[in-house]
Amino acid sequence: MKDPKSLAFLLMDAPFEQARTATAFRLIDATLRRSVGARVFAYEGAVSLAVTRQKPHANAIHGRTLEEEAHPRPHAWITALADLAREKGVAFEWVNCGLCVDERGSDEAVPAARRGSPADFWKMAQESANTLVIPTR
Amino acid sequence: MRVLQIIASAYRATLEEQDDTVIWFTRALRAAGARADVLLQGSAVNYAVKTQDARGLRLGAWEQTHPPAIAEELAALIAGGARVAAVKEDLEDRGIASRQLVAEVEVLGRRSLAGLFGQYDRIWQW
Repeated sequence: MKDPKSLAFLLMDAPFEQARTATAFRLIDATLRRSVGARVFAYEGAVSLAVTRQKPHANAIHGRTLEEEAHPRPHAWITALADLAREKGVAFEWVNCGLCVDERGSDEAVPAARRGSPADFWKMAQESANTLVIPTR
Repeated sequence: MRVLQIIASAYRATLEEQDDTVIWFTRALRAAGARADVLLQGSAVNYAVKTQDARGLRLGAWEQTHPPAIAEELAALIAGGARVAAVKEDLEDRGIASRQLVAEVEVLGRRSLAGLFGQYDRIWQW
């Protein structure tokens, strides 16, 4: 059934490589803040966004310790978005392409993410008011 | 061995990495003893604008405590003895005036680049 209060997103880029990842997260955050649900399908490299083994590090070039550097980890961003959705009372889904996960061995994901297939994305697109695909370039 | 790092692609993952990865890499190479300089080209000339401000990234309850400070990174590179230059025509295309730039960033016309390249043993285009 179509849910006019949700948007679907497809992300394709791996973390820590380009500007599109942060932009996509900002768009999803803005969606949720307006009490609109967000349903995200992570395809190819984007499945690595949810991996819990991402570790923060100190940065000698910045002259900061591990704690001071507070290095961003996209898996924490996904959890923060899931929490925001709960707070707003709107839908939030994060589905990782299962075959893409297998290819990369990226199977340790945050609880907010689940394994799925392109059929899940098709369902999201059918049920959402609109869909934004953000592919690799 | 002198190395020129040409940065042409700007703001790639700078929010996630809290810096530009090539500027960071250049600083790390220099810390290891390399004589590495930087040429900013294309959209990367914006890295030299001193008033840029990347504060404010907030996703849910997560807030970035250390946003990238790329102009400051460049200033630190220069303070450490590196040469940093930007292509004049690429600055002009974007309406960026010399007075907006980090102090001591050189502005070089495209016609002078061949001469610049001749001063280096290795040129790495990122």
